[in-house]
Amino acid sequence: MATHAAAEPKHLWLGGAEPMKASYGKLMMWIFLLSDAFTFSGLLIAYGLVRYSHPAFEGAPHDFVFSPQYWPIPEKVFEAVPFFHGQSMPLVFVGLMTFILIFSSVTMVLAVEAGHRRDKADVEKWMLWTILGGFTFLGSQAWEWAHFIHGAEKPTLVNDIVNGVQITKEVFGANLHINQYGPQPFADFFFFITGFHGTHVFSGVLLNVIIFFNVCMGLYERRGHYEMVEKVGLYWHFVDLVWVFVFTFFYLV
Amino acid sequence: MATEYTEFVEKDGKVIAKPQTKVIWRTFWILLIITVLEFVVAFTLPHHMHLLKVAIFVGMTILKAGYIIGEFMHLAHEVKSLFWTILVPVVFIAWLVLALLLEGGFIASY
Repeated sequence: MATHAAAEPKHLWLGGAEPMKASYGKLMMWIFLLSDAFTFSGLLIAYGLVRYSHPAFEGAPHDFVFSPQYWPIPEKVFEAVPFFHGQSMPLVFVGLMTFILIFSSVTMVLAVEAGHRRDKADVEKWMLWTILGGFTFLGSQAWEWAHFIHGAEKPTLVNDIVNGVQITKEVFGANLHINQYGPQPFADFFFFITGFHGTHVFSGVLLNVIIFFNVCMGLYERRGHYEMVEKVGLYWHFVDLVWVFVFTFFYLV
Repeated sequence: MATEYTEFVEKDGKVIAKPQTKVIWRTFWILLIITVLEFVVAFTLPHHMHLLKVAIFVGMTILKAGYIIGEFMHLAHEVKSLFWTILVPVVFIAWLVLALLLEGGFIASY
């Protein structure tokens, strides 16, 4: 045994038969997440570039009105909460969404912990909570998008050129062509960044459902370990991690 | 995985280790408290201290990211070579942040 250990340069990979003491699947999940982190960074940093190349609103925050002339203050855009129509509650709803996602990350890590103990019932319970959290987040985001698209109570007056004649028109809400909250790229980035993240959440929920099904069928009990729960957990935590950054750089700053 | 289980309970006719979830819940409370602090900063610091606000937000976000990656994703407890394999490439992101934000400032000044 001692000669075997001496023959292998353990300090290089630190894992013996498995490089870095992680299975192939786990290692590849980490590398994939790193590449995904680059993609999200590209989107968020492009947002930063475009934002800082537009003028900021100069006056006091309570004088703020929507205009395509300057970048909006995010807390003035995202201030609506379901069932509290017409009340200004800045960032409350995104705060709630953040809490939901962090909490579903906790239930995921509890499922992984139960997997280490090979406690099938506990893995099932915590996976189910995680899936529920994922669906709740997706529902919240659907509401947020619907509200963003339909717009505020009052329209914004936007200058436009129709058939060579300059006109002023009332604009409600935003899409990829028109935006009542500020310069057009603000809406474009909102749809791309939260949409790309939402797609990740959606595929994360799908993966969780598949793994939950396998847990229930006793597949991992027969296999002898619950490493698949760990791998899908890595992906789920990453989705939470990205949201932490989106929350700060899109909603708070 | 490195956790050593010392206490066991019987469940559905099987002997199963007792859950060890103290660190998980502690991490959850830390993340929650940081998020609440972010809200407090967002609504108490006056508008003209925008740069200070941004600095605080960035610091707190990196702190939260550290807890999620280190504890929830367990990277802090993996072997050092895996830890650095994931962490070192992040310098490219830091470089891109600096490069493009400076560039954005130049575009604004024209």
